[in-house]
Amino acid sequence: MAWFSKTKKLKASQSANGKSSPQPAAKGEALWQKCDGCGEVAYVQDWERHWNVCPLCGHHDRLPVRRRLELVLDPDSFEELDAELVPQDPLGFVDAKKYKDRLKSTAKNTGMKDAFISGGGRIDGRPVSIGSFAFEFMGGSMGSVVGEKVARVFDRAYERRLPAIVFSSTGGARMQEGIFSLMQMAKTSAALNRFRSVKKPYVSVMLHPTTGGVAASFAWLGDVVIAEPKALIGFAGPRVIEQTLREKLPPGFQRSEFLLEHGMIDAIVKRPEMRQRLSQLLTLLA
Amino acid sequence: MRSASAKNVKSESERAISAATMARPAYVIDFERPLIALESKIAELKQLSGGAAADFGDEILKLEKKAKKLQAEIFSDLSRWQIVQLARHPNRPYFLDYLGLLFTDFFEIEGDRRFAADHALVSGFALFDGEPVVVMGQQKGRSTKDNMYRNFGMMRPEGYRKARRLFDLAERFRRPVIIFIDTPGAYPGIGAEERGQAEAIAVNLEVMSSLSVPTISVVIGEGASGGALGIGVTSRILMLQYSWYNVISPESCSSILYRDATKAQKSAEALKLTAKDLKSFGITDEIVPEAAGGAHRDPAETAANVQAAVRRHLAELKQLSPEQIVKDRYLKYRAMGIFTAGE
Ligand SMILES: [Zn+2]
Repeated sequence: MAWFSKTKKLKASQSANGKSSPQPAAKGEALWQKCDGCGEVAYVQDWERHWNVCPLCGHHDRLPVRRRLELVLDPDSFEELDAELVPQDPLGFVDAKKYKDRLKSTAKNTGMKDAFISGGGRIDGRPVSIGSFAFEFMGGSMGSVVGEKVARVFDRAYERRLPAIVFSSTGGARMQEGIFSLMQMAKTSAALNRFRSVKKPYVSVMLHPTTGGVAASFAWLGDVVIAEPKALIGFAGPRVIEQTLREKLPPGFQRSEFLLEHGMIDAIVKRPEMRQRLSQLLTLLA
Repeated sequence: MRSASAKNVKSESERAISAATMARPAYVIDFERPLIALESKIAELKQLSGGAAADFGDEILKLEKKAKKLQAEIFSDLSRWQIVQLARHPNRPYFLDYLGLLFTDFFEIEGDRRFAADHALVSGFALFDGEPVVVMGQQKGRSTKDNMYRNFGMMRPEGYRKARRLFDLAERFRRPVIIFIDTPGAYPGIGAEERGQAEAIAVNLEVMSSLSVPTISVVIGEGASGGALGIGVTSRILMLQYSWYNVISPESCSSILYRDATKAQKSAEALKLTAKDLKSFGITDEIVPEAAGGAHRDPAETAANVQAAVRRHLAELKQLSPEQIVKDRYLKYRAMGIFTAGE
C-alpha cells in the first residue's frame, strides 16, 4: 500500500530524537509518522484511523486517492469506471527521462494508469458521479487521460442526471503533453457546461495543492467550492510569483483560509466532516 | 476625450502605439543578421545609383536576387526556438496594428464593472468587412513605458472579467467574436491571486464554450498557457505562421525541468509549440502565412492574410444555426486529447 512508504516515517526503533521508543503491538513492523504541522510523531495506525489527519494537531496530510473515495462514499458503493484509459506520449517528450518511461515507472509504483480515479458511488444512499485526483501520480498533473476522465464524470452526471463531485489535488497541467494538456482545460469546462442543463449540483473540493490549469478550469467552477484546511490553492504557484515580484509572499498567502477571507471559495471543511457535509449539500441541492 | 460616433477614433494609448510602430527599434535577431546586412548594402547602392557617375542597376538586381534566396534559405528551416524568437520580435505587429488595419468604427469597452480597467486586453465593438463584431486582443507595449501600461500583455482577473462581459454582450446582440491572442501568460501577482485569477479564467472557458455566435481566435504572437486560453475557447483557432501556443512557455518549462531558464531552446523543441506542430496535431484549424521574413517585415501584407482567413472562417460559421455553432465547438473541444483504452 503506497501510503505506507513515506520517507518521513521512522521505524519504531529510531524515533525522531534517536532514543528507542515503545514497541508497538504489531511485531515491531509498525511505523511512526512525523507531523508536518506540529512536528510530533504518532503511530501510523493512528494517522490512518484519522484519515491522515494528525491525531495531535489536526494537520491534514495527503490522503491517497482510494482512501479519499472510501472516506466520502458508502462502503462498497464505489464502482470504478474508465480505468482502462492509458496515457500516450503525443509529443515524444524527453527531458531527463522519456515521458513514456516516466509513465511506466509511475504506473508501476502507484498501481494506477494515470492521476485520476473516477466512477459511480453513493453518499448516504444517493448516487453520485465522482472522481478524485491522485497527487501521488506525477503530482496529479492533468494530461489527456485525466482530462478525459474528468469530462466523463460530467458526461455521466449529465446522462444519468446525477450530482457530480470532483476532488482536486494537482500542480496543474502536465507539460509533457504540451498543447493537449492545455486543451483539457477547455474540454472539461465544455463537458461541465453541458452538464449544467440537468440542474444537478457540482461540488468541487480543492485539496492541497490545487493550482494551475485545474484551478483555472473545472475546479473553480463548482456550484459549491469547498477546500480542506490550509490547502494551497491558486493560479500561479508561489515560487513563480516570488520570482516575478522578487519578494517574499505573506504567510498564509493562497491558503484556503486566505481564499475564504477574499470570497473566492465557499467553505472550508475538515476531512473528518467531509462526508457529512457533502451529504448535507446533496440533501439541500440534488 | 473620445467620441463614439467618429470613425477610427484612436485612444491615446493607441496613438502612442501607432507612433511607436512607425518608429520601430532597430532590433535584429541573430539569424536575421546576414539578411539585414545584405539589405543595407542594397539600400546603400540604390542611394549611390541616383548619381550620374555610377549605375549599379545590375549589381543591385544581383544582390536583390541573392537576398531573396538567402531569406528563403534562412526561413525554410527555422528551429522551434527561432520561431519563438520571431513570435516575440519587438517589431512584430501587435493587436492594435491589426485593429487599425482590419477594423473600422472601433468603440472600446474598458470596464470590468468589478475592480479596474485592464490595459493588457483591448476590447470593444467594431466593423469587420462592414459587419458589426466584437473584437478583442492582448496588447503588448513597444516602449518600456508602454509595456508598464500594458503589463507586457499579461492580463489580470479584471481583463478576463472584461472579456466575459463582452462574450455576454456578443451572445445577446448576436455578434461574432474575433479574438487576437498575444500573451506571455496571465499575470502572476499577489493582487491577481487575491482577486481570483484562476476563477476568472475558468469562468471564461465555460462561457466561451457555450456561446451560440461564431468565435474565431488568431494567435498572432505568443499563446502562453491558461492566460491565452482564457480568451481562446473558440469555434476556430488560427495561428500565424511564426507564432506559438502551448501549456507553458519554454522558459518556465526549462526552469521546472532543469531548474535553468536558459535551456529554453531545448524546451521549445520538446514542447512542439509552433503553428505547424499544432496543425499536425489537429488543434489549429489553419496556419495563416506571414510576409516573407516574418510579419514584422510587412505588417500590412500579414494583416491582409489574417483578414482573408478570418473572413473565410466567418462565412463558413455563419452557415450554422446557433445550436449548430454550440455543438460544433463542443465536439471540437470534447475530442481533444490523445489516449488509448488499453487492457
Ligand atoms: Zn500534528
